[in-house]
Amino acid sequence: MSTPGSLLWFARFETRLAWRDLLAMMTAGRRDRPDRRGRPARRRGVAIGLITLPIFLHAVAFLVLYFVAAGIRADLPTFIVVTAGILLAGSAMLAQAMETVTRTFYIRSDLELILSAPVQAGKLFAVRIAAMALSSAFMSMLVIGPFINVLAWRGGVQWLGAYGVLMAVSITSTALAVALTILLFKIMGPARTRLVAQIAAAIIGGMFVIGLQVAAMLSTGTLSRFAFLRSEYALTHVPDIHSVFWYPARAAMGDWYSLAFVLCGSVLLFVPITARYAPRFADYALTASSRSHKAVREQSGGRDFRVEPAASALRRKERRLLLRDPWLMSQSLMQLLYLIPPAVLLWNSLGRGSAVSLVLVPVLIMTAGQLAGGLAWITISGEDAPDLVMSAPMTAWGLLRAKIEVVMQCVGVVLFPFAGLLALISLRQALAIAIGSAAAAASSTAIQLWFRSQSKRSHFRRRHTSSRIATLSEALVSITWAAAGAVAVVNTLFAAIAALVALGILACVRALAPRAS
Amino acid sequence: MPSNKLVPALEIKGLKKSFGRPAVDGLDLRVRPGEFYMLLGPNGAGKTTTLRMVTGLLKPDEGAISVFGIDALAEPLQAKQIIGWLSDEPMIYDKLTPLEYLEFVAGLWSVEASVAEARAHDLIRWLGLKDHAHERCEKFSRGMRQKVALAGALLHEPRLIILDEPLTGLDAGAARLVKDVLVENVRAGRSVVMTTHILEIAERMADRIGVISGGRLIAEGTLDELRDGFGKASASLEEMFLAIVE
Repeated sequence: MSTPGSLLWFARFETRLAWRDLLAMMTAGRRDRPDRRGRPARRRGVAIGLITLPIFLHAVAFLVLYFVAAGIRADLPTFIVVTAGILLAGSAMLAQAMETVTRTFYIRSDLELILSAPVQAGKLFAVRIAAMALSSAFMSMLVIGPFINVLAWRGGVQWLGAYGVLMAVSITSTALAVALTILLFKIMGPARTRLVAQIAAAIIGGMFVIGLQVAAMLSTGTLSRFAFLRSEYALTHVPDIHSVFWYPARAAMGDWYSLAFVLCGSVLLFVPITARYAPRFADYALTASSRSHKAVREQSGGRDFRVEPAASALRRKERRLLLRDPWLMSQSLMQLLYLIPPAVLLWNSLGRGSAVSLVLVPVLIMTAGQLAGGLAWITISGEDAPDLVMSAPMTAWGLLRAKIEVVMQCVGVVLFPFAGLLALISLRQALAIAIGSAAAAASSTAIQLWFRSQSKRSHFRRRHTSSRIATLSEALVSITWAAAGAVAVVNTLFAAIAALVALGILACVRALAPRAS
Repeated sequence: MPSNKLVPALEIKGLKKSFGRPAVDGLDLRVRPGEFYMLLGPNGAGKTTTLRMVTGLLKPDEGAISVFGIDALAEPLQAKQIIGWLSDEPMIYDKLTPLEYLEFVAGLWSVEASVAEARAHDLIRWLGLKDHAHERCEKFSRGMRQKVALAGALLHEPRLIILDEPLTGLDAGAARLVKDVLVENVRAGRSVVMTTHILEIAERMADRIGVISGGRLIAEGTLDELRDGFGKASASLEEMFLAIVE
């Protein structure tokens, strides 16, 4: 038995919470009801998920790597690709860790209990930092593990070293996230750090992949990251094959010396950062929770009161709330980051007067779908005063229509400049983007409508756990509309077929959606 | 709309709602015009569920609800037009100011602009929110949020005001203010249906009291009528309530 208040005791407590969080995530928070035989249905569902998901991921990894794995050699081009993969995983882990650290500062949950207890809170925070690293490693192993396993099977057991690299990357990214967030906290102060850190996290998360795409676009004229990584340009601009820069790639490919180096390096970074900052976490969390309570005053612009018809009032309210919530705005518009590469592509094409790559159409359509999905969640499920609007003398459809109109307006504002610019190059492509985007946005909104469940706007980032069917189907339908848009540029008939597939998926999703009570 | 004074402000007949197990189980209730009606009951008795069905936030499984003669289930929009609803958890928008919130509410209830503006300023002043009228609600205390929500519920001058635990978490000053506002509204001829766990308030403010348990009305009357039924003229509401629900 561990002594109360000790590191081990906190670790056991955290493990229990983490397990329950994992269960809730996998079951979308539904309560555990016994099945017909009286066994807990939730645990059975989790068990089925834990078995089927890895099988599915292994099948995907097998299909992707079957012909590749046996022929991989430890040369510079391979190191470049493997290092890019590691950096990609690392940037995602760093972003996730920054998000978690920020959440720890700003969401009280059990902080007041812990800080008011006669224990060394620093120990708990040390455990929580370690837990962040472990959960980050676990999640990445869940996704990347099957690929490592297939590589080990097809290419040799030395590939199992990649697990060690993943562990090192998650330890390093967690340590960096703690240091970066605390640095931001010191520079920006508690009032701004939350927003800035979360935007920074999103940018870091997308930066590497976007950067690669922009580099690929500028050097090879395509959006193919893989082509860029294998290009002569990349080969001539990277460090020498013997450089320490390639140690993580060497480690992933089974060089045990490199693996030991990478693991030791990550631990040497993690331990001092945790030892230095864990005891101070309590102070930072307290500072964050007791930050200035100065109220924000709004300027009325000389006009105090403006009453509009119900639908207009609703639309105005939604626009106001969105514009006044920079965090929510940044979260929902974060997908626009991924528009940077196509924007560069479009700019380049305008300059050269050449045809725009087919890639642009599906990227924009997918963005429209994803953006609409997020905004629809905010306006429909994230209504902060549902009782107020539902008790108003307005039909349910009238309410929803006003909210849907806001979503469509926002998507239109974002996508219109792209479609407009594209119309200068190709009217057909502009039309494909306009129609495809409208269809994808409408589909995502419809899915959010069918699967709506009341929540708080502040839970925006956790919306995906409320219904995995909604999340997956939203992505699937957006992809299908994107495909339809891409095909429409060259062949109307095939585009119509793809559109029918999208509508078919929508019909299936509608059938799966819960009935309104 | 029936204008007869005898038409009850709220009439509930055989109301049923089940969430796996019955929450409201054949409830009958009648609130008179201009009456302050307190609905009491232990936790889970079905008070909130009942009020949410009256305000159109929940669909009943069975039964009838009429508000000043309007069938609230057949004509929900007409019924909602004359109901003001305040839940125990003040639901307002953090990023709006109280005036902007009231502007939005006025739009939802189609209150004429000049009337709405005058009422909004009156309510803001009356509820002691004047200095905060242009501040976003995000930094407001619970009491201030409750006052903003109350102003929203009263803006369209509803004939039937329904409040679910409106005094929870309020300090003495704010609670007093809310009570005064409600009494003023009853004096102005409006009907109030309110739930509370603070029995002293029910004792002092209510014209009639209904006690609900297991989704059914198990006692109803003025304080004196309840005492007569209890057989002890000096009994406090707390004594009677505990005896009734046990």
